[in-house]
Amino acid sequence: MEDVRTKQAKDGWNWLWAWANPVKFMALSGKALPWVVGLTVVTLAVGLVWGFFFTPEAINFGSSVKIIYVHVPSAMMAINIWVMMLVASLIWLIRRHHVSALAAKAAALVGVVMTVIALITGAIWGEPMWGTYWAWDPRLTSFLVLFLFYLGYMALWAAIENPDTAADLTSVLAIVGSVFALLSRYAVNFWNQGLHQGASLSLDKEENVADVYWQPLVICLAGFVLLFIALLLVRTRTEVRKRRIHALEMRERMADA
Amino acid sequence: MIALLIRDLRLSVRAGGGFGLGLAFFLIVTILVPFGVGPEAEILGRIAPGILWVGALLACLLSLDRIFQLDFEDGSLDLLATAPVPMEGAVAMKAVAHWLVTGLPLTLAAPLFGGLMSMEAPGHWWMFLTLLLGTPALSMIGAFGAALTVGLKRGGLLLSLLVLPLYVPTLIFGAEAAARGTAGLDASTPLLMVAGITAGSVALLPFAAAAALRINLR
Amino acid sequence: MPDLGKYADAILWSWAATLVLVAAVIAVSWWQSARVKKKLDAAEARRKRS
Repeated sequence: MEDVRTKQAKDGWNWLWAWANPVKFMALSGKALPWVVGLTVVTLAVGLVWGFFFTPEAINFGSSVKIIYVHVPSAMMAINIWVMMLVASLIWLIRRHHVSALAAKAAALVGVVMTVIALITGAIWGEPMWGTYWAWDPRLTSFLVLFLFYLGYMALWAAIENPDTAADLTSVLAIVGSVFALLSRYAVNFWNQGLHQGASLSLDKEENVADVYWQPLVICLAGFVLLFIALLLVRTRTEVRKRRIHALEMRERMADA
Repeated sequence: MIALLIRDLRLSVRAGGGFGLGLAFFLIVTILVPFGVGPEAEILGRIAPGILWVGALLACLLSLDRIFQLDFEDGSLDLLATAPVPMEGAVAMKAVAHWLVTGLPLTLAAPLFGGLMSMEAPGHWWMFLTLLLGTPALSMIGAFGAALTVGLKRGGLLLSLLVLPLYVPTLIFGAEAAARGTAGLDASTPLLMVAGITAGSVALLPFAAAAALRINLR
Repeated sequence: MPDLGKYADAILWSWAATLVLVAAVIAVSWWQSARVKKKLDAAEARRKRS
């Protein structure tokens, strides 16, 4: 016992694992939430207003370049939220922290909305650019596949009654699904070369979009990340409370019996 | 483990439905498509590899929920879990049994059905080869999906929703290899990818499926 | 309002779709949060009483 405690005290990640305790999580997230929400509002307002009103027309895209400020951040979040769910699932499977499993569950709806936004804005942008709303372009197709993965993940959560079983099974699905989502990405790339322009945010200087567009875009990206964190905190708090209600109801039933 | 395989095979043959149904479904799909598309041999020949692959995939999907459901209901899955055979091996055997009663007949039937779809001569062999390489992956991925949903009362629809996106890479590479082979192009890359997906699924997914089963049996 | 030229439709529709969807997910999260919180408060109150 001594050993474990000293080891725990020395763990440099204690600040992180404190969030894993439901009671501490509620206290910490309750304190953090107003700040995150405030920061989100400011960042998103600056980024979106700058992007919409104060960017010039691009040579190839005309003013349609303004769609980038909603398309790219949502597409990035769609992928990153899935990665976050994967990490949270792994933490749940390895360390059995309930908050982690609940956070993965809470993130899924935001992820699916981001995927839908990326698909819709992509389709609307595709019409004037490529002359069609939908093309079986590799990136669009892999987002469609990602959308299906989100749906399956959420359906599995909804279908299983026992919360711990649901957390375990969805975690396994998230891991296997990630491998297959990655495989689909390459398969789809191989299957159709596509119309989509290359990565606009690659570190490679040549490919990068010009600074005028890039600066507001970075602010929008930060705004979407903050928005996700704020929503994640709210939704995870809801899930923790639901769990608490469940526990209380069980106790009442036990007392009645 | 061999005994387990033989037991599963015997059960599925006796219970009927299993492989006859999948094959019949596959036949119906290949018959219905020309009615929908029209009888022009040129068009049919071009879409044949894709249609046959999608048909085989859907036929495979039909019988997936039978992999564990019956054993779960009558309690023999609990016995398997406590048996000296590792769960991973048992799961792999279940998937092999499923492949033998659905994947293999589909593979053998595909060249014949290719004739219905006006496929040219080398196309039959390509269908046979790609399905032979690809259907084991379909069975193994399906076994994983069935393991996830085994405890659920109405798992069938959910199972399809979970498994279909997992089938995407296999379908793309398999159909691409068949189409390229039929058209006389070099098909070695997609063919290798199909083989790679099958090998990877058979090697790794039994562990994931066994983990899911253990969670469901808790 | 900046001059959006011939892309006005595409830009406005995609921004509108984004804002509506984001607003929807915020509203749903908010509503769920409020509902669950109320339910939990009721449950805690019941527990204290008994």
